[in-house]
Amino acid sequence: MSYALFLGCFIPTRAPSYELSVRLMMRAFDVNLIDLTEATCCAPIPIESLDYTTSLAIAAYNLCLAEEVGLDLMPMCNGCYQVLSKTNTILRTRKDLKTKTNEILGKVGKEYKGTINVKDYLQVLCDDIGFKNIKNKIVKPLKDLKVAVFYGCHLLKPSSILTFDDPEDPHLLDELVELTGAVSVPYMYKTKCCGSPLKSVSDELANKLARDKLFNAHQAKAECFVTVCPSCFLQLDLGQLVIRRKFKESYDLPVLHYPELLALAMGMDSKEIGLNTHRIRTDNIIKKYVDLE
Amino acid sequence: MSQKIRSLSVNEPLKSTQLDPKFKYEVAKEPGGEGLGYCFQCGKCTATCPIRRVESIYKPRQILRAALLGLREIVLSSDVIWLCATCFSCTERCPQGVKLADVMRAIRNIAVREGYIHPFFQAQGKMISEIGRIFEDDEFINEQRADLGLPPVPIVNLEEFKKILDSTKIKELLASKGSK
Repeated sequence: MSYALFLGCFIPTRAPSYELSVRLMMRAFDVNLIDLTEATCCAPIPIESLDYTTSLAIAAYNLCLAEEVGLDLMPMCNGCYQVLSKTNTILRTRKDLKTKTNEILGKVGKEYKGTINVKDYLQVLCDDIGFKNIKNKIVKPLKDLKVAVFYGCHLLKPSSILTFDDPEDPHLLDELVELTGAVSVPYMYKTKCCGSPLKSVSDELANKLARDKLFNAHQAKAECFVTVCPSCFLQLDLGQLVIRRKFKESYDLPVLHYPELLALAMGMDSKEIGLNTHRIRTDNIIKKYVDLE
Repeated sequence: MSQKIRSLSVNEPLKSTQLDPKFKYEVAKEPGGEGLGYCFQCGKCTATCPIRRVESIYKPRQILRAALLGLREIVLSSDVIWLCATCFSCTERCPQGVKLADVMRAIRNIAVREGYIHPFFQAQGKMISEIGRIFEDDEFINEQRADLGLPPVPIVNLEEFKKILDSTKIKELLASKGSK
């Protein structure tokens, strides 16, 4: 099983430990990842907001790179997943936009054909690898670790295009988390935005939204967050330091990328997967649930 | 905070000359703006919006109503159109199937063409146009990657990327002074 790996810009430059854990995890399940060496940014929301035509061209350029290697494209960021999926869908259905986009791509000798699919790595885990195979690899269950599971927005919505899970009451990531022995605790505003896209547009609003997430997870007695999007991760990890200061509160909720949680349960070493690069220290949960006494 | 945001509220009665009845068609012509006319003002979007919960001035329903009424300049120059975090909750729940996040994108695209660009979006646009990414790589990050056993950050084919951008209007749009 092979996929074209789409790194995006955030992960390789700001969240390398996340990239490492995805690579290690896929290797453990014999999924072959081909790096797209010339990929650009996916064409994130700011570009879409400025000029949709440009956004379609940039996203389609990246889809072309995957078409050239003949593999489905596997992003590991909610933002990339949503933008690339949306573009793939709209260019397949709107001939006028496809023609216009291909006119632009023609300048660099590329043509979008619509021959590949975009599949988030969580879909690869659920559909291709399967819960049973994942469960078989768990050698160090993180028994009863209380996790606030956070899907983020762009993994689930718009559900007219993204079909991964139920947008109102998602459950797949909860199940993936519980495969590791951890427990997913219910908390208020679980599916609400973390505020990350509002950073720099209005830091005040972005902080309020992030604070709500931390407050509610804390109320639910969660011991950590598990995220699958680097933007949500940054908002809750680095952002937690800001929230502590601004709201004079003392949250201490480590944030783990899902593949990191899985890697720990699969017996990988916490230093080896780069957990020490997180801003909120993970030592306490490692001591309590991984090293066991 | 609330005082600083240019909202859609008007202090005096509107004159009919302030209305542009064609604005709704202008929005509907943009890809994604098609559903605007189906809005029947139930307010589910505002009720469901996480931004509305923390900022009372932000009301998606009001933005759509103003667009339908034809308050073109007021909508395009307002700050509220840039507050949508694109979480798609409203899009998901609208009983009329209006894709609000896409309508908001359509309105932003028109605003940009009219010279109203939010400075943050302008800065991000410029960054991406220059380096092909939102975030730069540097020696430090490549050292950190090497320590983790990862290959260096992949290199964007800037020659091709810039050719693509040159075939669109993005540079022209970004050159605008912003916030007309």
